[in-house]
Amino acid sequence: MTELHSQIREIIETEDVALFMKGTPQFVMCGNSHRALEALRRAGAPVTAVDILPDPRIREELSALSGWPTIPQVFVRGELVGGADIVEELEANGELEQTLRAKLGDEYRGAGEERVVAVA
Amino acid sequence: MAARTLTELLEAAFPGDEVSVEDRTGGGDHFQVTVASARFDDLSLVEQHRLVYDALATPLADGTIHELRIKTKGTT
Repeated sequence: MTELHSQIREIIETEDVALFMKGTPQFVMCGNSHRALEALRRAGAPVTAVDILPDPRIREELSALSGWPTIPQVFVRGELVGGADIVEELEANGELEQTLRAKLGDEYRGAGEERVVAVA
Repeated sequence: MAARTLTELLEAAFPGDEVSVEDRTGGGDHFQVTVASARFDDLSLVEQHRLVYDALATPLADGTIHELRIKTKGTT
């Protein structure tokens, strides 16, 4: 078990909303990562972003853990919610907000600032 | 990778179901795929998309798909 593997798993399991993306919220490097981020922002999610670009091993370890081949990937309290298409669809039909409310509580919108954590 | 190849992979994985593949940029690496299948009924969106990813595992793994957008529909 590598340190990187443990770091990624810990982020998935402990962060309220983890977004693995290309780039950072301040400098998004991919259209799909942008779509996922904007859908999460519309839902008021307290996003913890992880940039997968600095090291190709981040993406390899992440996909090995999640079984999901593409980026971005969104997790809420350890559970894979999906990639950009799913997160956009769930935001549009209100289910994303329901999930956030159910997992994080009714006051989740004020629960945390958007932030970035680095791995590796 | 032509859209035709993706279509064939999806048709093999979802025989008889409604499958469409759009090459979004004309460059052969940004695709929008849509699949409507009874197999999606009662599955979560994550499970539905996993079935599509499974069908396209080869072009996803070898990097020929640069960007993939997926839309899945059940029949109910």
